[in-house]
Amino acid sequence: MTIATPRVGVITFPGSLDDRDALRAVETMGGEGVELWHADHDLRGVDAVVLPGGFSYGDYLRCGAIAGHAPILDDVRAFADRGGPVLGICNGFQILCEAGLLPGALIRNASLRFVCVDVFLRVETSQTPVTSELVPGEVVEIPVKHGEGQYVATTEQLQEIEDEGLVVFRYADARGEVTERANPNGSIDNIAGVRSPAGNVVGLMPHPEHAVDPDVGPTGGQPVIASLLASALAGASA
Amino acid sequence: MRCRFEVLVTLKPGLADPQGKAVEASLPAIGFSNVTDVRVGRHVRLDVEASTEAEARAQVEEVARRLLSNPVIEDFRVLETTETDTGP
Repeated sequence: MTIATPRVGVITFPGSLDDRDALRAVETMGGEGVELWHADHDLRGVDAVVLPGGFSYGDYLRCGAIAGHAPILDDVRAFADRGGPVLGICNGFQILCEAGLLPGALIRNASLRFVCVDVFLRVETSQTPVTSELVPGEVVEIPVKHGEGQYVATTEQLQEIEDEGLVVFRYADARGEVTERANPNGSIDNIAGVRSPAGNVVGLMPHPEHAVDPDVGPTGGQPVIASLLASALAGASA
Repeated sequence: MRCRFEVLVTLKPGLADPQGKAVEASLPAIGFSNVTDVRVGRHVRLDVEASTEAEARAQVEEVARRLLSNPVIEDFRVLETTETDTGP
């Protein structure tokens, strides 16, 4: 009997910054990181896909807008339609929203300032590939670093998001209280991350891949990446 | 024929516009304390080669819908066209 290692693909777009950290986080947590390229039509048979943070195509139009039409997004869409786990972090979240794989959009922070700070997130559901090892109400500490992280949605979308329980993480204080003060960017309802109606596509602004090594900061990313690996493995053996 | 279009992309009403707010907040410094409701949008000019203006306009509408605007946060308008006279 061999012990399977989940293979997690990380897509590099022109301007991605956190692809290396995402690969490293996957490997640190016991998975195999697989490099993917935005211009390819090839997911190299991975069990999960990560769209990392940073920038993409200069974000010249809107953040993630041009990347939302990148060649590999066709393959990501097909992978997601088959139920494969997809995680978008920061710019990756913006790309998934622009591609229509997640509801809502991300606009300039309400403060107009770039924020770089460790935040606390309250887990809202364990029904996603990145929170399966967490329980609702649990709090994880993870950094954010973005200028365009204010989550917005149309009134109808927001209604659906809240009614269907599509919020995955909310900005909160250390005790899990969702307060205005804990909201770093003005996101509506303190939303830090959402999932698709089917649940297998998740996007969040904070960076779990920067929070797995206790030597460099909080470790709230560990259960998130561990969940992703477990989900990837479950899909691979299914 | 080559048709010139202008597309105006604006934030949906009711959506917070931090950029507009920043512009508004800086206006008193240059002597305008009577300006309110500033909202910043995007203007895109483009030329389209097509057999009819209607065909060109339909393509511009699609370009605006699929790429130039995000329907969650933005509205767009395709403005009056003038057939372009000379080259670039």
